[in-house]
Amino acid sequence: MQVRDLVMRYGTTTAVDGLSLEVPEGSITAVLGPNGAGKTTTIETCEGFRPPQSGSVRVLGLDPRVDAVRLRPRVGVMLQSGGAWTGSRATEMLRHMASLHAHPLDPEALADRLGLASCGRTPYRRLSGGQQQRLSLAMAVVGRPELVFLDEPTAGLDPQARRATWELLAELRGAGVTVVLTTHFMDEAEQLSDLVHVVDAGAVIASGSPAELTASGARGTIRFTAPAGVDVVALMDALPHDTKVEEVEAGRYVLTGEVDPRLLAALTRWCADHDVLTESVLVERQSLEDRFLDLTGRTLR
Amino acid sequence: MSLDLSPRPGAATPTAMVRSQASMELRLLSRNGEQLLLTLVIPLLLLVASTRAGSVVDLGDGRTIDIVTPGVLALAVLSTSFTSLAIATGFERRYGVLKRLGASPLPRWGLLAGKVTAIAAVEVVQLSVLVVVAQLLGWQPTGGPGAYAWLLVLAVVGTAAFGALGLLIAGTLRAEATLAVANLVYVLLLVGGGLLVPLSRHPDAVAAVLQLLPSAALGEGLRDAFATGSPGLLPLLVLTVWAVGAGLLTARCFRWE
Repeated sequence: MQVRDLVMRYGTTTAVDGLSLEVPEGSITAVLGPNGAGKTTTIETCEGFRPPQSGSVRVLGLDPRVDAVRLRPRVGVMLQSGGAWTGSRATEMLRHMASLHAHPLDPEALADRLGLASCGRTPYRRLSGGQQQRLSLAMAVVGRPELVFLDEPTAGLDPQARRATWELLAELRGAGVTVVLTTHFMDEAEQLSDLVHVVDAGAVIASGSPAELTASGARGTIRFTAPAGVDVVALMDALPHDTKVEEVEAGRYVLTGEVDPRLLAALTRWCADHDVLTESVLVERQSLEDRFLDLTGRTLR
Repeated sequence: MSLDLSPRPGAATPTAMVRSQASMELRLLSRNGEQLLLTLVIPLLLLVASTRAGSVVDLGDGRTIDIVTPGVLALAVLSTSFTSLAIATGFERRYGVLKRLGASPLPRWGLLAGKVTAIAAVEVVQLSVLVVVAQLLGWQPTGGPGAYAWLLVLAVVGTAAFGALGLLIAGTLRAEATLAVANLVYVLLLVGGGLLVPLSRHPDAVAAVLQLLPSAALGEGLRDAFATGSPGLLPLLVLTVWAVGAGLLTARCFRWE
């Protein structure tokens, strides 16, 4: 799947502003960004709900509008909300979606798998938010698609349901399904996806695997405790150039720099050579969340 | 039980999709109490009331039940093809059902075919029940067996006209506004649209305007068919023009979300 220079405007607001991204086949790709970044608009353009105002979108090598009839059976869609008759029962709705496909999954087994078996006869409007989310996910995958678009698949889920969703998504990838999801949960993007596109103000501002994203420009931190009054200037001389060490309060030290195993070894070697016993050493790797906030800013908007 | 999630995409056959869609719509309709009220209870109440209405409202010469029954049949068609359809579709649009189905293999014509099938099924039940109850109450149509064939024809053309109008409202207004407008139009046409009250009971100038409404065309057409055996050309023409006009407008203006 490929999006090139996509521009989408609603009235005077530009929701998507020259966005380009690629999704490798058979991967889980996360589109990560704050609210209003243009994630949903981008995904919905890929789903064929609206034509690109400028730029191009190809899904499974096809045009989502022109080739809609050929694409729809091959693509599973989970909307951010709604999508079911309020009076329909959970398994009834799932069975209906299944009946629109030629080789669907067994709706009962899928409902069971997602913990929906107990509420199978409950009308949609009486399902909890999490149950509605899981039903919506089930509806996206029941037709055995090659590609699924999931718009915030775990919003409103409790931790168990979130795990179950992650497991299902990992299993889908294992079975060769391409998964594209939007999220603003960093841990979701970090643990689940092969590729993350960070989107802000309608454009991709960083792309890469979670490891690449957190490594690039990542300045890590090592916190250690030792007797007060260690000669931090001498210590810094023994460490790589851009490393800083500070005694933030008596006996508590914070080291910032390119944290890697060699740096940690150099620190402990210096301490050994100078007969300094460190009581605790804590390596803090930068999380995707830190990186995300670095990229998109920390203020509320 | 482990699921085989490996891709095996494909759309079901069009017949299977339409069948599934129609039966889903029917089940949802039958579960909805207000729908039942609108489609059966109100017309039945009007029929029963009409046996005693002669002393209250002067509907013209002849037995009240013979004048009222064709109008009640017209009302049944209006309630299902217009009011029910508009409200259901308005909320489908509001809750993203149309959007979700738009991303499924079900084509748009399949969605429409499902709705038409469900409406047809409901109308068959409605009209059968009402015809039987009316006869039990003493209805004696003088139009002969041909009148029932005209009932079928007028129900089809009337459903096309009112269905297109219902979809036009549902596809352009918010769900709440659709609910209000669909009910308001239902009541207005019921009272003053020439649906139940024969055109001959109106002043000529008013009747000349009313006869161009789809409600009067359907009501008057059925009254004439059951009284004389033929609805005449005008009602068929009026309903056809409304069906085509509203159909074209709906195709242009309908918004899916």
